Amino acid sequence: MKEYPKSTEYKPVIGFEIHIELKTKSKMFGTAANNPDEKQPNTNIDEIDTGQPGTLPVANKEAIRLSALVGLALNCQIDEFSKFDRKHYFYPDLPKGYQISQYDQPISKNGYLDIEVNGKTKRIGITRAHLEEDAGKNVHPDGLPYSLVDYNRAGAPLLEIVTEPDIESGEEARIFLQELRNIVRYLGASDANMEKGTMRCEPNISVRQPGETNLPKYKVEVKNINSFKFAESAINYEIPRHIEMLKEGKTPKQVTMGWNEKDSCTVEQRSKEEADGYRYMPEPDLPILQFTKEYLDNLRNIMPELPTQKRARFLEEYKLPAADVENLINWKELAFYFEDVVSEIDEWMTQEAGLDRNQMIKLAANWCLQDFSALLNQQLINPSDSVVTAENFSELIKLIVSGKISSSAAKQVFKVMYEKGGDPSNIVEDLGLTQVSDEGAIAEALDKVIAANEKAVADYKAGMQKSFGFLVGMAMKELKGKGNPQIINELLKKKLNNTD
Amino acid sequence: MELEFLELTELRKKLDNKELSSVELTKHFLSRIKNLDKDYNSFVTVTEEEALKNAKEADDFINSPGENPFLCGIPYASKDLFSTKGIRTTASSKILDQFKPAFDATVTKKLKEQKSVLLGKTNLDEFAHGSSTETSAYGPSKNPWDTSRIPGGSSGGSTAAVAAGLTPWATATETGGSIRQPASLCGLSGWKPTYGRVSRYGVIAMASSLDSPGAVANSVVDLAHLAEIMSGQDEKDSTTSPVPVPAYAKNLSADMSGIKIGVPKEYFVDGMEDGVKQRVMEAVKHYEKMGAKIQEVSLPNTKFGSLVYAIVCPSEVSSNLMRFDGIRYGHTTKDAKDLMEVYEKSRAEGFGDEAKRRILTGTYVLSAGYYDAYYKKAQKVRSLIINEFKDVFKQVDVLACPSSPNVAVKIGGAKDNPLFGYIADQLNIPGSLAGLPALSIPCGFGRPSDGETPSLDGLPVGLQIIGPQWGEQIVFNAGFAYQQETDWHLKHPGLA
Repeated sequence: MKEYPKSTEYKPVIGFEIHIELKTKSKMFGTAANNPDEKQPNTNIDEIDTGQPGTLPVANKEAIRLSALVGLALNCQIDEFSKFDRKHYFYPDLPKGYQISQYDQPISKNGYLDIEVNGKTKRIGITRAHLEEDAGKNVHPDGLPYSLVDYNRAGAPLLEIVTEPDIESGEEARIFLQELRNIVRYLGASDANMEKGTMRCEPNISVRQPGETNLPKYKVEVKNINSFKFAESAINYEIPRHIEMLKEGKTPKQVTMGWNEKDSCTVEQRSKEEADGYRYMPEPDLPILQFTKEYLDNLRNIMPELPTQKRARFLEEYKLPAADVENLINWKELAFYFEDVVSEIDEWMTQEAGLDRNQMIKLAANWCLQDFSALLNQQLINPSDSVVTAENFSELIKLIVSGKISSSAAKQVFKVMYEKGGDPSNIVEDLGLTQVSDEGAIAEALDKVIAANEKAVADYKAGMQKSFGFLVGMAMKELKGKGNPQIINELLKKKLNNTD
Repeated sequence: MELEFLELTELRKKLDNKELSSVELTKHFLSRIKNLDKDYNSFVTVTEEEALKNAKEADDFINSPGENPFLCGIPYASKDLFSTKGIRTTASSKILDQFKPAFDATVTKKLKEQKSVLLGKTNLDEFAHGSSTETSAYGPSKNPWDTSRIPGGSSGGSTAAVAAGLTPWATATETGGSIRQPASLCGLSGWKPTYGRVSRYGVIAMASSLDSPGAVANSVVDLAHLAEIMSGQDEKDSTTSPVPVPAYAKNLSADMSGIKIGVPKEYFVDGMEDGVKQRVMEAVKHYEKMGAKIQEVSLPNTKFGSLVYAIVCPSEVSSNLMRFDGIRYGHTTKDAKDLMEVYEKSRAEGFGDEAKRRILTGTYVLSAGYYDAYYKKAQKVRSLIINEFKDVFKQVDVLACPSSPNVAVKIGGAKDNPLFGYIADQLNIPGSLAGLPALSIPCGFGRPSDGETPSLDGLPVGLQIIGPQWGEQIVFNAGFAYQQETDWHLKHPGLA
């Protein structure tokens, strides 16, 4: 059993059970499609998923590969041999009356994941990661005296990851879950979407008494958590509840709670079952899995850049603020898109003189995280689903930094690029948005404005700074919004100071 | 000779020569089933309509140019454990009484591809739990040699049907003797394949690590042909092997000179019927005459076989029967108040006593705290048994022993017969645990220990030949050589 250093405080002890639905074409042990988006019940099923008599499982090689890949990314030990076991229980959504899972020889074990919490690195132990099949879903039609079962999900490949009880706060939990999600997404192992249920997490929460070096003798499991925020909230709700009870000399009951989203609290679901009743036995229908050194070496060789490495590179190479890097890393597709934009920017650097790479990259990151993200989020799509190519995106950035268009004009151009696609310089021309940087034209406009707004000019001279902004606005209006704001500012200042 | 007892090669010739059409042949067997099976209760379902349709199709195929598959147009019966698409498949259990599978077992599919003609589905012990067919929900089958006696089991419906000439051959399955023992009791040739040689896909599971689908027929030559067709790796069964399937029939050799035959002393035990012991020893002597070298061998772990089986088999049975829960298919209770009652009552009403006994035993030994003491230990002993066979096959080519310690007992008599059980298990279980190929072939007749003298000189005795893993060819050769020299396999019960 784990030993902890003595502490004078109440210390939360939190571990997670996380289920990740692997992204494979077909199911874990059958040939039906594995499609979590299928809405029509009982369409992605065959005789295997419904446990027809005489059917046999055949293990999905891709699911095994993805599981091993995740295991390696989580610094796990992968033994040469692994096997499947049967876990027995009756439930209508479980077609065979047993789930094919892994009991004493999981694919991966003894790993860890390092996370950054408030600038410090914290290591979260990974106890094991094993492969199993998902169950179907029981459906209870409102007001009807029966239940229905949808087996579409039955047999979907599921990776269960169990952590050590190393997490000590809701914040750590959220960061850990986010990082884990990023890893499986970067590996292409899963969509890991909490809302859709392709990633599910159940924290086991308890609190250690001051001075106690052993694990607490109870734990409370919380289910029904479908976002990282709720995981954090549920933990933050549970911890003070436990501490209060412990202070009163009571031990919290070992129960399963459910997170109640509406009232932001946990509600007791049922007393925890003893795990003894599952009658695990080796699955006789499946041969033992063997992971050869060559197989694992191949996986190590194709291991893509993981979020930690990408994060470090973005900070180092692109000199972006940490918060921006974090937001990019947390959206894998946007991070990859951003890198494509950077490549295009580098292309521009070879073609035009006088461009500032860092400035362009910084601006590109802002545009990715602000305007582009906002539009993509409205439609719930990824950058690659939009018609804005990285090439056009980078050109827009170039037009802005070289003063060809104003930021506000750029917003109009981007809207057109997002809706219809196309080259930003063409759109700028079509919309007539080329910025006026010609000092003569701007001076002319300013003279008109100064002549027509005597009071504002007088106010400015009397010390009212606000009037300056008003005059800039009027000049911009005179230039139909296309005036280069920097030049307007400079010239206006000059003119006002000279009109004594 | 009568049409009903012709070897498959003879039937093939007659069909190819157009001496006989598949429809005529099929009608012949259908009418025999109709007239005679009331005495044998060997069929659970007869598929007359489909059979005639398939026979017509086979005739069309035969009448068109090109070569005919070996089984084209030849009727067969299938143990009611093999899934047959759209055709009732009961496992002789009430829980599957009206169950029609949505797909074919791989074996069924292979036989369909051959354009075989399925006559119907044969009776068995419920879910193959037994060795007499007495646990069938549809009543016991009768031994055609003496209808007051059991045909053996669990494949007793298949052996009764072949022995009575109701079908030229039938599929069967083994878990712990369920082909060898009934073949022996009905005077037939039965083949229990190496585990993983024939796909289990679509065969309703009994004990997954032991189940081996095979066949019963009138001769070893027939079995060699059937083995070629039924064997092979199946992408739907991960426990099937890529080891190539030899041309067993073409390779058959009756030359026994220099072949080493081991006679395991643990397989000749006290309590075995004298007739059985004598016939088997006579058969062994016959091999010696044919040039084989006979040597006594010892398999001391034999005695643990039935103990290991008593743990492994019910464990896997209890697990495999979990899916019969009244939710998706099979029997659902009509009066359940809640979900728990759906499970409890559907299973209580659907399963017979023997299935319930095995579920209880299996559930117990797999429970937390008992798993290590029972299941895990049993698996270790199983490895010892496997290794013991490996060692003995370094010394000899095949083993020869009885298939059953007794000839057929009276229906209802199995309960009181101590031979039935422990001693019978000694002969069949170790080979099953090791997944070895084996044959049972008729080697004469013996008097039953109950003293009643049935027709002829007694009842059929079976010689068992066990080979090493994937050693089907040597086992078939040994059986073939014996049948070249003897005519026991050509004896048939005096039928009405």
